[in-house]
Amino acid sequence: MNAIVDSRTLDPKKLIKGATGDWEIVVGMEIHAQVTSKSKLFSGASTEFGGEPNDHVSLVDAAMPGMLPVINEECVKQAIRTGLGLKAQVNLRSTFDRKNYFYPDLPQGYQISQYKSPIVGEGEVVVDLPESGGQITVGIERLHLEQDAGKSLHDQHPTMSFVDLNRSGVALMEIVSKPDIRSSEEARAYVTKLRTILRYLGTCDGDMEKGSLRADVNVSVRRPGEPFGTRCEIKNVNSIRFIGQAIETEARRQIGILEDGGAIDQETRLFDPSRGETRSMRSKEEAHDYRYFPDPDLLPLEFDQAYVDALAQHLPELPDAKKARFIADYGLSPYDAGVLVAEQEQAAYFEAVAKGRDGKAAANWVINELFGRLNKEGKDVTTSPVSPAQLGGIVDLIGEGVISGKIAKDLFEIVWTEGGDPRELVESRGMKQVTDTGAIEAAVDAVIAANPDKVAQAQAKPTMIGWFVGQVMKQSGGKANPQAVNDILKAKLGI
Amino acid sequence: MTDLTDLTLAEARDALKAKQASSTEITGAFLKAMEAARGLNAYVLETPEQALAMAKASDEKLARGQGGALEGLPLGIKDLYATKGVRTTAGSNILCNFVPAYESTVTSQLWRDGAVMLGKLNNDEFAMGSSNETSAFGPVSSPWRREGSNAALVPGGSSGGSSSAVAARLCLGATATDTGGSIRQPAAFTGTVGIKPTYGRCSRWGIVAFASSLDQAGPIARTVRDNAILLRSMAGHDPKDTTSVDIAVPDYEAAVGRSIKGMKIGIPKEYRVDGMPAEIEALWGKGAEWLKAAGAELVDVSLPHTKYALPAYYIVAPAEASSNLARYDGVRYGLRVPGKDIQEMYEKTRAAGFGKEVRRRIMIGAYVLSAGYYDAYYVKAQKIRTLIKRDFEEVYAQGVHAILTPATPSAAFGIGEKGGADPVEMYLNDVFTVTVNMAGLPGIAVPAGLSSEGLPLGLQLIGRPFDEETLFSVAEVIEQAAGRTRLPDAWW
Repeated sequence: MNAIVDSRTLDPKKLIKGATGDWEIVVGMEIHAQVTSKSKLFSGASTEFGGEPNDHVSLVDAAMPGMLPVINEECVKQAIRTGLGLKAQVNLRSTFDRKNYFYPDLPQGYQISQYKSPIVGEGEVVVDLPESGGQITVGIERLHLEQDAGKSLHDQHPTMSFVDLNRSGVALMEIVSKPDIRSSEEARAYVTKLRTILRYLGTCDGDMEKGSLRADVNVSVRRPGEPFGTRCEIKNVNSIRFIGQAIETEARRQIGILEDGGAIDQETRLFDPSRGETRSMRSKEEAHDYRYFPDPDLLPLEFDQAYVDALAQHLPELPDAKKARFIADYGLSPYDAGVLVAEQEQAAYFEAVAKGRDGKAAANWVINELFGRLNKEGKDVTTSPVSPAQLGGIVDLIGEGVISGKIAKDLFEIVWTEGGDPRELVESRGMKQVTDTGAIEAAVDAVIAANPDKVAQAQAKPTMIGWFVGQVMKQSGGKANPQAVNDILKAKLGI
Repeated sequence: MTDLTDLTLAEARDALKAKQASSTEITGAFLKAMEAARGLNAYVLETPEQALAMAKASDEKLARGQGGALEGLPLGIKDLYATKGVRTTAGSNILCNFVPAYESTVTSQLWRDGAVMLGKLNNDEFAMGSSNETSAFGPVSSPWRREGSNAALVPGGSSGGSSSAVAARLCLGATATDTGGSIRQPAAFTGTVGIKPTYGRCSRWGIVAFASSLDQAGPIARTVRDNAILLRSMAGHDPKDTTSVDIAVPDYEAAVGRSIKGMKIGIPKEYRVDGMPAEIEALWGKGAEWLKAAGAELVDVSLPHTKYALPAYYIVAPAEASSNLARYDGVRYGLRVPGKDIQEMYEKTRAAGFGKEVRRRIMIGAYVLSAGYYDAYYVKAQKIRTLIKRDFEEVYAQGVHAILTPATPSAAFGIGEKGGADPVEMYLNDVFTVTVNMAGLPGIAVPAGLSSEGLPLGLQLIGRPFDEETLFSVAEVIEQAAGRTRLPDAWW
């Protein structure tokens, strides 16, 4: 293992206030990401979520006498892909170790993991901070493959616990960050970004509700400029929001102890979201002695660079590259580009809309109208009732001056609820913008004639023209071209 | 034909082919012999119905002129091999009720080739022992006795049921396993032949694990030829065991009787240990002479790290065992002794389920892997292992084809005679055999004569990786020169 290095420069904005002065939070994370694969890491049993308890259990998963693990090559490929996606070193030789402990949902009495030499070494993740702005780089220490455990069910019988081994042996990637995170916002943003990368790569579905992504969060605090403090590890936090809460809560607890003259005990803690506190699980003294040693049932995992290169060739465009391309090719703001690339499907939707159109206009419509509406209805782009072609049609109609932006919103609503071709809808429902200057002039004249007092006011204060525009638009049922209305009003009012 | 149980496996095979006997007759003869020999405690489970059904099926095949290499030949199976639907205990209380839903790869290959299962053979608990005294089913007696004595002797271990059954003619051959000498030492103690093939030659899938990096399956049978026949069926690559090696299995029997003229046989000076009985030393010399007479060239070789092999073995093997045996926790199968909570259930189950020697090795293993001791014990033992391996590589690089050593430092001892106070006394039995497991090499034990008390003594030949053929050729020379051991007449 490498020595722990402080890679960050102190940012006073990130400090939190204690009773006796400022403190800096230091966070490092171990993310357990379930590998997307059909079968388990060392057996042919299905990894499908759900199913009756113990439906997906092979003789190997149940640790029957004489059973042997056989590595699943697909899981190896997924780990390599992930390593590449984290710009990390992929180790051409790695080994599997046994981590020994007794637990009813651990059938072998040991977990097969990679302790001494992991499949992936150091890498990094660039993280945008949406709330405070700016960007940080979080170092990756390592990524290794390991088996998940089963699940103990304590609520099935009055005096006994049951064990479900469906998850037993499912492949996990443990992704260990360096202690490069300095606030709960950074931590949330890091996990969000990591999740995005994994989902782009297709190596983990990132579904935290199903437990596909879980975090062990290491938290310590220190006075600015001081060396790292003693850390506590908060185990198994299963939502991004809870990660943020757990860090805040734990940091406050540690600051309280330190400010009272106490010392932090290195220990493992649990976060209880319902009570908003972390609780001690076990102290350093109670820590297990896992008696790690190389698993003699498995040969070292070896492949050559060509194998890695072949996988690298088929990697999808990753979020950072896509974001840069969106900024360069479509002229998007970094913020908009960041929002669009957060999910691959969103980015694809945007590109389908933007193709051959104005990128900024497309981004506006996708982000503001479409995402807004999707959010409200609890949908995502994959289940959007408005297709990219339909949304593109709306953007075209605005661009061509056929409809105004306001009418476009009405049109979007119609397409959302009723469907149909936007251009045909505009025709059939008479939503076309009035660009006929004669008709507009008549409306302008009528408004001017009816409001002589306002005319005098407008001539004294030209910004009053807005009121006239409003009146004319009202008369036209919103269909008049606002620019034409403006121009004609200016001429007629002499302002 | 006088007694069908006196036939060697090769003779029985030929008799079946020539239709001089049927499998049902041969199998029936063995079942009868087994029944009469229950006092030896070689079998922990007899499967007569299954045996006769398999024999009948074989007879039908043979009648049609069909059948595999082992068609109709009745065998005993060490109880470490999982046999589908047939209780498999590994000689332990903790698996007293365990009936596997699967068949080990090695036994399934035997059945594929037509062999008949007579039953499950006793062994030291989880193969931990050198005398078959640690079995939950009690000790096995050797059919051998010292001249003029009725004292029960051990058949060696851990494959003591296998060696005793073969020597007492309770099967044509038996499966066995060898982690530190558990095939070769019992073979040597009972005047039978046993080969531990190269690590990776046979699949370990479905064999209850003792120490994964050392365990290897192999046969015990009455002759070198019988071993060659059995190993051909047992060996082979298995995708379910990634430590098994994908190298074609040769026709081992063809190597039996092949000339050894011009072969270089190494005589390692380090195997001349303190306190070794003169008769063992004399036997070793005699063996060397036989090989020389057959045209081999004897060369003095050095394996300098030999003396560290036994202590290193007793770190590596228990370390792996402590982890391999963690699965016997009372949760999913096997023995469960209830407790007030899970911790107490574990403790009571494992205390009741494991015998003393197994508990000792689990504790040694947990100790040598624990934080603070890992480097001093486990890592150091692995380094020694590398050096032992290198010793052999250097000898083989000098053109040596095989190495000749004694198989055991003594002849068989009495039941209850050894290891009572000091377990190391028992561990010393493996002094000549553990090096072979540590280096992953093939080794064969072949009877070479009798001790002054009339007990069999064996020699060991150690081969190059995956060169079992040379071992069969050289062992055959010894077997021919020594003359086939006359197995003891039934007193049981």
